[in-house]
Amino acid sequence: MDWLTRIEDLSYLGAAALFIVGLKQLGSPATARQGNRLAALGMLLAIVVTLLDRQIISYTGILAAISLGSIIGAVAAYKVEMTAMPQMVGLLNGLGGAASALVGIGEFCRIVAVGEPLPLSTLVTIILGVLIGGVTLTGSLVAFGKLQGLISGTPVIFPMQQGINLGLLVAFLATSVLIWLDPSQMGLFWSLVAIAGVLGVLFVIPIGGADMPVVISLLNSLSGLAASAAGFIVGNSMLIIAGALVGASGLILTQIMCKAMNRSLANVLFSGFGGGGAKAASGVTSAATPKTVRTIDSEESAMMLGYAKSVVIVPGYGMAVAQAQHSVKELADQLERLGVEVKYAIHPVAGRMPGHMNVLLAEANVPYPQLKDMEDINPEFENVDVALVIGANDVVNPAARTNPGSPVYGMPILDVDRARHTIVIKRSLSPGFAGIDNELFYKDKTLMMFGSAKDVLNKLITEVKQL
Amino acid sequence: MTDPIIVGLIIFVLASFVGFEVINKVPPTLHTPLMSGSNAISGIAVIGALLMAGSGHTTLTVVLGFIATVLATVNVVGGFLVTDRMLQMFKR
Repeated sequence: MDWLTRIEDLSYLGAAALFIVGLKQLGSPATARQGNRLAALGMLLAIVVTLLDRQIISYTGILAAISLGSIIGAVAAYKVEMTAMPQMVGLLNGLGGAASALVGIGEFCRIVAVGEPLPLSTLVTIILGVLIGGVTLTGSLVAFGKLQGLISGTPVIFPMQQGINLGLLVAFLATSVLIWLDPSQMGLFWSLVAIAGVLGVLFVIPIGGADMPVVISLLNSLSGLAASAAGFIVGNSMLIIAGALVGASGLILTQIMCKAMNRSLANVLFSGFGGGGAKAASGVTSAATPKTVRTIDSEESAMMLGYAKSVVIVPGYGMAVAQAQHSVKELADQLERLGVEVKYAIHPVAGRMPGHMNVLLAEANVPYPQLKDMEDINPEFENVDVALVIGANDVVNPAARTNPGSPVYGMPILDVDRARHTIVIKRSLSPGFAGIDNELFYKDKTLMMFGSAKDVLNKLITEVKQL
Repeated sequence: MTDPIIVGLIIFVLASFVGFEVINKVPPTLHTPLMSGSNAISGIAVIGALLMAGSGHTTLTVVLGFIATVLATVNVVGGFLVTDRMLQMFKR
């Protein structure tokens, strides 16, 4: 072991430590930004040290690749709208997974080309890397397409779906065995890569748009595991450590989100939520409740809000779509000017990724202490004069508490129906991403304002200003 | 302890436990930045990509390494910058 290798290994250790400290600091609002920078520093250290490695004999291609990637990454990071953050994270995830899979593919090609013997353990790690990386890539691309609206957000379910998935898995295993018997058959290896890609698509396509936060989080975890697998392949402990950290943290976030929806991970992944079963349940509701909807115009609504003592704003994906976070903040400012106490109630899975609403409201300069988590705000709703629901639906559906037949039954919700009045701003009565009707809209205390969140809010602001 | 796969597994399991411990009890506000930050860390695959692109074994591995390096760098740079952009908004 010469001194250069030693320096390299020690630097990797340093980088791993920076990742751990960085992740730890990312978990607290006061230190989060510094934590992110520490992690970035760790990454820089790892990359620079790798460039000094003896194995590397040509730099032109590498430097071109790094420059190209940095430019694309930087431009994307600065251009992306905060509302498009879930897609962005999904896409980046996919790229990481693709890179890990490519490392596996490249190593296999190298071994075959050089004619080295292929030990079983190496083959297994390569196959795992290709599988996890490939699933992460194509799964993320489908998730990206669903979030971006390029493909339908409704679950795609076809007959024999589970059977086909199982068949593909068996084919994957069988191909793996064949490769073990004769690694020089490159055609077999490429079909292995293709099967991994198809599996990723089939894995995400039956999952509804409402469950995308969970999927993105799980894919994040998978991209970490893919990096770990790449680490096993090239025999680099830095990759193993960083990948394991990400894999574990992604898994925790996934768990937190499943808990927030009171569903198991298996249920999220395999139930095709928001499909046929949901339709049946909404049919039951429509028979049971008389459908009278009360609407309210902006003038009256402004008076209710302006003369209330306390108002709780409940943002949902509708606010994000309409880019209405700045209007929300302006309305809150006007209400506070009139002496109204304004708070924001944030459901853990509101929006399309965990914490999505917090990011948007922070963008609009809403003070952090005004954002309340579900557990904190729910006991307070009884004393709230007006709950203003902006583009949220499933996370305020009382059926989650009352209707055991509803697909959302058991999911913890924001109890906006317990406030003295509820005003709901929504484009139409159409069901949310879970695909079910919301009985909140038909309650006596509920007043609806139909329209795009931004338009309605701007009218409200004009009216409140005149109070 | 000399088998590199076993050593790798030991490292993997221990690092996973560290990951679990470090992330536990994060306020929901930080879930999105945490996700995009850890996502950037998963771009660590760039190191494997660099070693592959630079070692010049065959044209195919160099080309694959080049593509992998570009993708992983987008992941790393985009991930860290976008996380910083989000966290900057929280600060105010």
